[in-house]
Amino acid sequence: MTNNSVGSTARVLGAGLRALLVLTLVCGVVYPLAVTGVAQALFHDNANGSRIEDENGQVVGSSLIGQRYDLPPKDGEESPAPDLKWFQPRPSNGLGTNSVNTQYSLILSGATNRSGDNEELVQWVKDAKAAVVEDNATATYEVNPADIPPDAVTSSGSGLDPDISPAYAALQVHRVAERNNLNVKQVEDLVADHTTGRLLGFMGEPRVNVLELNTALRDLTRG
Amino acid sequence: MSSQVAGLLQLTALIAALALAYRPLGDYMARVYSSEKHYRPEKWMYKAIGANPAAEMRWPAYLRGVLAFSAMSVLFLYLMQRVQGSLPGSLGFSSIDPDQAFNTAASFVANTNWQSYYGEQAMGHVVQTGGLAVQNFLSAAVGMAVAVALVRGFARSRTGELGNFWADLVRGTVRILVPISVIGAIVLVAAGAIQNFSGIHQVGQFAGGTQEWNGGAVASQEAIKELGTNGGGYFNANSAHPFENPNPLSNLFEVFLILLIPFALTRTFGRMAGSLKQGYAILGAMAVIWIGFTALMMWTEFAHRGPAFEIAGGAMEGKEARFGIAGSSIFAVATTLTSTGAVNSFHSSYTGFGGGITLLGMQLGEIAPGGVGSGLYGMLIMAIIAVFIAGLMVGRTPEYLGKKIGTRQIKFAACYILITPALVLGFTAVAMALPTPADSMTNSGAHGFSEILYAYTSGANNNGSAFAGLNADTQWFNTTIGIAMLLGRFLPMVFVLALAGSLAEQQPVPETAGTLRTDKPLYSGLLVGTILIITGLTYFPALALGPLAEGLAS
Repeated sequence: MTNNSVGSTARVLGAGLRALLVLTLVCGVVYPLAVTGVAQALFHDNANGSRIEDENGQVVGSSLIGQRYDLPPKDGEESPAPDLKWFQPRPSNGLGTNSVNTQYSLILSGATNRSGDNEELVQWVKDAKAAVVEDNATATYEVNPADIPPDAVTSSGSGLDPDISPAYAALQVHRVAERNNLNVKQVEDLVADHTTGRLLGFMGEPRVNVLELNTALRDLTRG
Repeated sequence: MSSQVAGLLQLTALIAALALAYRPLGDYMARVYSSEKHYRPEKWMYKAIGANPAAEMRWPAYLRGVLAFSAMSVLFLYLMQRVQGSLPGSLGFSSIDPDQAFNTAASFVANTNWQSYYGEQAMGHVVQTGGLAVQNFLSAAVGMAVAVALVRGFARSRTGELGNFWADLVRGTVRILVPISVIGAIVLVAAGAIQNFSGIHQVGQFAGGTQEWNGGAVASQEAIKELGTNGGGYFNANSAHPFENPNPLSNLFEVFLILLIPFALTRTFGRMAGSLKQGYAILGAMAVIWIGFTALMMWTEFAHRGPAFEIAGGAMEGKEARFGIAGSSIFAVATTLTSTGAVNSFHSSYTGFGGGITLLGMQLGEIAPGGVGSGLYGMLIMAIIAVFIAGLMVGRTPEYLGKKIGTRQIKFAACYILITPALVLGFTAVAMALPTPADSMTNSGAHGFSEILYAYTSGANNNGSAFAGLNADTQWFNTTIGIAMLLGRFLPMVFVLALAGSLAEQQPVPETAGTLRTDKPLYSGLLVGTILIITGLTYFPALALGPLAEGLAS
């Protein structure tokens, strides 16, 4: 190697570094700040997480982030039991004990990543199916296992799925009506009001937002 | 309407949107890379860089630019993570360990975006926005620059000159990627993605108490993550996270962004090479593979073979209710046939065959339509292999676009196609033979093997998605996948640029009656066959041990 080629290597590395710094200014400073400015001005609610409030003006979460509706955990219980007064979301077995942020109690998103032939997943699905049958039975209503839709017994990709299928909501209507002393028709209407169809008739899947539904349900029972 | 019909309509709408954008964007990009005009802000940037944008470079100089820029990028991103703990705006997150910082820096500069960290748990605003998202732009711009240099190699004669790397880098970034990303990011916010710089904060929840959220410049990162076929999520759940991908419209829009530039670059190629039909022939081959793979994926996912899925009544494990089977399948194929690797559903929980389709998509070399830039040059390499095979059959010296494909060119093309399989199969074999890497598997049996095969396939092909049950945050995986990503990205570029230089030096050969017509559907068919046979033979044994075994057993 001559001094010349060392010098030319240093020159091109220097150009590379300067190019990186200049383009970082454009793509890493100007661009995100400009987008944030526009987003905050035009879509303030969306840009800050689509929070929803109940009728008392209390923030109850984000319409985009699924929550759990559980009873307070009892001593010695591994996981709290579902509060069957409320519509229940999809399982989230991907969000285990070690998946809560260690520094903050921030929810960490994630899937189970179990394959179709994984024995643990098979067991989870079986257990979830049995629980859906048991939890949703009332004096006048019984769940036919064949009617249970797949979203009711599987975890989503994010573990934070805010939605359930209309079929899963329908299975829960009788139980929810009974536990809240409402009649089935009232709850069915509530579900229908909170069901979103496919966008333009073909995009995505029909779904029910659980937090919005439960918030409306609570407003109804309080009212 | 059944979910299957709705899925086909979504695919049709996507094709229509891509077709509408194809001509204007392809022609625009051809003008960007051919224009002699420099805008004022660009002149300032060239001045800061210290480069003359009009100076032509031969291939070694062009390559030096690519490598020097990328080396500085790796170094910068590595150091940024190593000092994160002392940077303001880092949400109190600590500095990243050396092996993980190396892996992440290599990953983002190599356009891979493999992530062995949890975004919401490890990376603060400064590293995400000022480091990782910046490489989303720049690694994509480098890929496009190399592709354009190869196209110039075909288009030019009796010169060795391939253009100016700094000009191609700057223009690709400021004239193509930034403007489309601005629009894309605003569309995503309008759909519901978040875009703020909040710290960790408390939000009330239904059952009382609070949840903790971190804010972030999510939409702006999401737009370039898809557009630049990068794939590194702000959150661990990537595009399955509702803040990144809130509804079915944003979902289709993100798939559109993934496929937009890779498809349109075939028009740019046709335009610059002087024959739009040559571009259409390449486009045809890409489109056939993409649509075919999407149809197969929908079929296997709707059929939901596999013990857990059969009990559940559908393959919804790892998939979001708002996207369903169809919206997830479309995304999974687009992300693995390009170098994106973003996911809106978790590939590890796809059916055995579905997982195999994602693997094969990457193993084809991500050329249908492939990564931004890398898809086009990868496909042009296969186009050269295809004319070579056709030439062998008729006993004639092969030509492509008026350039002789001689010994030298075939050597470069052959080296190109050997690099990634050597990395993937070599590293997978070593990892399987060693005692400890297998401890990282979540699933056992064939699927466990697939987790490791997927990791190296994803790394060496610069995809970045994962069978994410694999715990890849170990020194072994961070280091070896980091090496696979860098070699899988930059060694092929060496051969592409060397090839471009050798083509640009040639005299064009006149077309005769005996010249293979490479602008016809018949040639597109030959190209598809070449791709499937060459890749199929290379990876078939490995696929048989993993996804095929799993799929056939279910």
